[in-house]
Formats: sequence, C-alpha cells, structure tokens
Amino acid sequence: MIEVKHLVKRYGEKEALKGISFSVEPGEVVGLLGLNGAGKSTTMNILTGYISASSGSVTIDGRDIANEPAACKQQIGYLPEQFSFYPDMRVSEYLDFVCDLKGYPADRAKRKAHLAAICARVGISQMTGRMIRNLSKGYRQRVGFAQALVGNPKVLILDEPTVGLDPSQIIEIRQLIKDSGRESTVIVSSHILSEIQAICSRVIVIHEGRVIADDAPDRLMQNIQANHRLVIRVKGTQKEIESALGGIPKVRSVKPMPQRELGTQDVLVEGKPGADLRADVFFALARANLPLLHTYGGELSLEDVFLHLTGRDGAREEAL
Amino acid sequence: MNAIFKRELRAYFNAPLGYVLIAVAYFFTNYYYFTYNLYGNTTDFSTLYSMLFSVVLFLVPVLTMRLLSEEKRSKTDQLLLTAPVSRAGIVLGKYFAAVVVYLLAISGTLVDAVITSFVAPVDWPSVIGNFLGIALLGLALIAVCLFLSSLTESQVIAAVMGFAVSLFLVLVDAISYVVSGAFWKTLFSYLSFSARYEPFTLGVVDLPGAVFFLSVSALFLVFSIMTLERRRWM
Repeated sequence: MIEVKHLVKRYGEKEALKGISFSVEPGEVVGLLGLNGAGKSTTMNILTGYISASSGSVTIDGRDIANEPAACKQQIGYLPEQFSFYPDMRVSEYLDFVCDLKGYPADRAKRKAHLAAICARVGISQMTGRMIRNLSKGYRQRVGFAQALVGNPKVLILDEPTVGLDPSQIIEIRQLIKDSGRESTVIVSSHILSEIQAICSRVIVIHEGRVIADDAPDRLMQNIQANHRLVIRVKGTQKEIESALGGIPKVRSVKPMPQRELGTQDVLVEGKPGADLRADVFFALARANLPLLHTYGGELSLEDVFLHLTGRDGAREEAL
Repeated sequence: MNAIFKRELRAYFNAPLGYVLIAVAYFFTNYYYFTYNLYGNTTDFSTLYSMLFSVVLFLVPVLTMRLLSEEKRSKTDQLLLTAPVSRAGIVLGKYFAAVVVYLLAISGTLVDAVITSFVAPVDWPSVIGNFLGIALLGLALIAVCLFLSSLTESQVIAAVMGFAVSLFLVLVDAISYVVSGAFWKTLFSYLSFSARYEPFTLGVVDLPGAVFFLSVSALFLVFSIMTLERRRWM
C-alpha cells in the first residue's frame, strides 16, 4: 500500500532524514515512534505531499507521489500535528469545504449522508452547527479527525493525534484510530511509547533521521529481556536480604530502594546481562525464610526498548 | 480550484471585510459622482474613473493581504497543500475570489451611470472603456498583491508592501522624468500603471494597455504559484 524508499530530506545544512525506508501493507496500523525532532513529522509531511523529499521515493497504491500527487493525495486522509481551522467556519461548512477540496461528489443527499456517518463516528453530530473556534480542544481534534476521514481514504496519516488532550479524550481518540484500522491503512506518529503500544500492530522507531527498528511492539520487547534486573519487595531487613541473595553467583549487586511498606524492604537486584534471576532469587529467599511479596521490572516497557535501541541503555543503567 | 474559490468568497462575506471594502468603494465612487457629475452637471464619467484610480491602489492591498499570508501563519495551508488540489488551483481560486469582490466594489460606477441615463444621455462606450480599464488595473494589482501575500506570514506586512508597491506605481511616472538616460526613461514609463490606465479614461479600449495589465496578472500569478511550490523544497 505504502512504499517508502531511501527518503532523504535536507533543510539547508541539516539532514533531517538520512535514508528512511519501510513499507506498509493494506490494513496495517503502524506507529512511527521517535523523540521530538527525530524526523517523524518530516516523514509524514513527505508522505502527504506537503513537502518534497531531497531524494528517495514514496509510492501510495503503486503511484509515485512526486509524479502523480493529485491521485496519491486522493487516497490520503491527513491529520496534521497542529490541526488548524478557519475561524470563520462552522463544523458543517468546514467539512463541506473538505468534501469540495477532496473532490467528493456534489450530490447533496450522498454528501449529507457521508458527513453524517463521519460525524457520528467521531462523536460530533451535535456540534455541526457550532463555529470551530468555539469548540474545546478535544472536539477540535475530532473535527480534524473527521476531515481526515472525508472521502473514505485508503490511507490515514495521523501526526501526534493525542497531543494536548485530557486522558479521557486520549482514550476516545485511540479507540477511533483502532476502529479506523479496520477500513484504512493507518500511520500514526507519537513520542509516547504507551500510545503506540496501545494502538499499533507494528512500530517503526525513527531516531536522528534513521529507522532503527521495525517490528511488532511485543516482539521488539522480547528481543531485549531484562530479567537480569529485578525490583523485589521482601518481608525482611536489607541485611537479611543481602546475605540471602549474596550466595547466588549470577547476582552482581543488591541495592536498597526507598521503603514503601512497613516491615518490608524493596531492593534492586542486578545480575549479569542476559541472566534470568527470577527463579534463583525466589529459591534463595525461600531458603532464608524471607517471604517474597512483589517482583517488578522483569517486563520491559517500550521505553526500555527505545532506550536500548537508541543506545542510551547504558546511561540509564548508570543512573540507576 | 472551485472549492478554494467558494471558500474564499464566503470568507469575504462571513467577516465584515468584504462588506467594508465594497462600502468604502461605493462611498468614494458616489462622493466623486456627486462632486463631479451631479454638482458639475455633466454625464462625462472619465473624471470619476480617473479619481478612482488612487482609491483602488489603497483598496487592493487590503483585499488581498490575508489571502496567502494568513494560511501560512495559521497553518491552514497544510490542509490545502495535502489535498488533491494543485498549487495553481489554490492561487487561482483565491485570485478569482478577490477579483469578484473587487468587481463588486467598482460596480458602483456602473450603477451611477445607469441612474444618470434616466435623466440624461450617457456616453456608454466611454463608460464601458473606463470600466474595463479600472477592471484590468484591478486584475493586475490583485495579482501583484497576492504575490506579496505569498511572501510573508504577516497580513500587516503584506498590506504595507502592497501600499508601497501601489505608491511606487504612482511615483514611477515622476521617476521617469527625473532619471537621465533613454533606457531608464523608457523602462519607467513602460512600468507606469497610470500611463497604461490613462487611455481607458478617455473611453478608448487600449489593446496594448489591456495586454500589459493581463500580462502583469499572469506573471505575478505564476510567481505566487512558484512561491508555494518553493515552500515544498525548503
């Protein structure tokens, strides 16, 4: 559906994209993940034809966006990072204008039904008569989402769609994105890891203008196990825990953590990278008659994966 | 293009701007009509049209100042530039919307001519020649000011640059008298909008003048399209 090959974008001296390549199959929901300034928005701007790449190509449904921009743009619904609107327009006028822009048939009944379906889907049916400038941020974002859905595009490109929304609005927009994935191919960018994890079946990690990982979020996490680093809560004193765990050859250090529960002690147990400490820690504590109450930290968050991929893992471990 | 044209036209009349511009144009048209035609007891509209020249120079920058600059500032251009509409379509849609408002603004002169025709014979070829002249002048000025609007994100700067260019176009006649050298004299006299406009006020449909104004319009529309195109590569 979408084929991106060796995209390079230079802004003067600065090279924002340094040869990005990936392809997206129909019906996939793909997350572009990266820190601010990693090149996510630039990639999306090129995908939507807003800016041109310095070199490389983008094909959408087999058509090159540089050679057939209008045909490609017809397939795309785009929600920019900062959704901007005309302050003098009502929601219905705005969506009607977007229909005109995208060349949606002028047949009034057909258009009305199409817009009514979109408004119901994004939850703005009650707002169509309101001026967009008078809507709350959450509703404005939904109007932005609605305009992206006009014309039933095969590809939806959403640039940081939940930025600035409150938690309940974030959940609603995420659900909208998931639902859209049933009908369209979706590319959504974010610098929030949990968001990509919640929405996407695949994640492309971009860092300093390069793709550094491209996999399912779960598989990415499997690649980097962190069972060599555990935070445990034990009913006992720091000294007792240290002596119990000191006998395990794989354990490198046992550091005290702030106490969170009376009569217990939280400690960070670290072993050699790649080692799985869980069973050894359990048996050692059992032998010393020290009840193990909680174990944290064995599972990686996408954040750990990201830090690992961008080579900041070492720095983080040092900080710990 | 149609979508942009419709939106822009609606934008002029959703906000007071369109009404204010037309009202101001009608005010000055009728002021001159009163002082020259009614008070002077004449059906000759040439003086009225030549006085309107300076009014138009000040109206057009206000008419066009927000067209492209505001889209860029508020980032609404993202919607237009990612929609299946060509850059030429965007520029032409905006241009023609401004042209329609402009034609409505200067239409007061024709209304006055029609009213006059009920009480005295009006020299229609002269009125139509004059109207054509001021319409062509407007087409060219709108294209120039639209281009200026594409260069900046600030409506105020777009308007000020528009006024500066308008004033330059008035002063350029005087410059051609001051400069020495045949080349410069010819160049500045060629650039003069008022000299091109002059034959129309005599009721002559001046073909070179018409070609001049239409060429200026086309040239600056192409410049505006190129400015939008250039943004893609920056």
